[in-house]
Amino acid sequence: MKVEGAAKGEIKVCDGNRAAAYGVLLSKPNVVAIYPITPQTSLIEYLTEFKASGLLNAEIVEVEGEISAMGVAIGTSLAGGRTFTATSSMGLNFMFDTYFMASLSRVPVVMVNANRELSPAAVSAGQQDIMSVADTGWVHIHTEGCQEILDSIIMAYKLAEAPEVLLPVTVCYDGFYLSYLAEPIKIPSQEDVDRFLPQIPRPRLGLDPPMSGASTMIPEELTEARYKHQAALERAKSKIEEVDKEFAKLFGRSYGGLIEEYRMDDAEIALVSMGSHTGTARAAVDKKRQQGHQVGLIKVRVFRPFPWERLAEALRHKKAVGVIDRSICFGWNCGHLFHELQVTLHRTGFTTPTLDFIDGLGGGDVTMVHIERAIDITHDASRGKPFNELTWLALE
Amino acid sequence: MQFKLKYEGNWVESERVVSLPTGLWRFQKPVMKTGKCCQCGWCYIFCPTGSVHEKDGYFVVDLENCKGCGVCASVCPNYAIAMVKEAVE
Repeated sequence: MKVEGAAKGEIKVCDGNRAAAYGVLLSKPNVVAIYPITPQTSLIEYLTEFKASGLLNAEIVEVEGEISAMGVAIGTSLAGGRTFTATSSMGLNFMFDTYFMASLSRVPVVMVNANRELSPAAVSAGQQDIMSVADTGWVHIHTEGCQEILDSIIMAYKLAEAPEVLLPVTVCYDGFYLSYLAEPIKIPSQEDVDRFLPQIPRPRLGLDPPMSGASTMIPEELTEARYKHQAALERAKSKIEEVDKEFAKLFGRSYGGLIEEYRMDDAEIALVSMGSHTGTARAAVDKKRQQGHQVGLIKVRVFRPFPWERLAEALRHKKAVGVIDRSICFGWNCGHLFHELQVTLHRTGFTTPTLDFIDGLGGGDVTMVHIERAIDITHDASRGKPFNELTWLALE
Repeated sequence: MQFKLKYEGNWVESERVVSLPTGLWRFQKPVMKTGKCCQCGWCYIFCPTGSVHEKDGYFVVDLENCKGCGVCASVCPNYAIAMVKEAVE
């Protein structure tokens, strides 16, 4: 198979995994350590193909499992390298030990997670896997399309390596829906990406001075490290906005930073969504607008750190809010996005009716019909009609 | 806010790790009996924490990091090291 390099402004038809592979190729990592898992496997195949054809100048480490993949990523990143890894579903679960270690060690590893359901034997789309590791101190960026995957990986390195942030970043895309969906994407030129991603010095293992990384800490030190870690996540919020603006200036594409607002200016009710079904939600909002409903859409791009300030600002004065969730927050009878939104509303003192719609579990489609139904129910709630807080759209 | 760490995360300069006093929980300490030492250096070689140092051909123990494990005393061919209980107040 013939592989071509990334010529300036070239347009290619790529699926999500290939778009991710181009994002990695352009970011010039030193080390790539990945273990294959559906639906991420073809991403590794593309990267090894790039390496074999001489385009990718990185050490590709064939590891024996995901826990070692992240171990290699941490080690090489501590040594000062730019590293990449990718996984999905129970691969992410198997990685958990080192996944947590990466964020406390403050290594700027960039990772891809193709969101997938968890066991038993759920080889299908869903966001349950990434939600199970939401509170590990990583930055989680959720994407909507293949172009956004490529661009987000480049932006992720910029964010992760920023001296005021120094945190690992996971770029998430819904497995199957985006990993295998092919669409035309623009490949940025290598010179532009090089200009966007300069090497920034950071603490690393070496002899000048001799440094110890990822070391054990006494309680006072760990407390201080946790405090600084959390503060870095807060700083990451403004950095994400800044990186998005800088990216837009150089490449002409912007994703709104932490959240993207779609037709929200004059909206009475709002829909909140995250991931691949946001595209369907845009179409549903357009259709409902034609029918005279004042509905808008908010795409949550960054789930950690949670952009509650911007969400609160966007949802101010709305009469009702509907949330589409592709995972379950067990024990709270709602989805994860809805759970976060409840905290946001509590912090800001809003009493807006909020409704949760769980859909698309186990690879089920979040269809136009389902989203239109969600808009209808939210609309009724905004008019004072009694409503159920949670609706399982696929079970109605 | 009071901070002690110089870097973000759990980065520390290795110098600082080496200089941390880690022998505070020791309940017995090795005491060298002068005149019995044959200068073989086994205590120096076998000490698991590197707390035995050479001085003028003989050996001294750095009690900052010695855990009082007694390995030096047990390998000493001349029984020149005694393990003495730390004083209890």
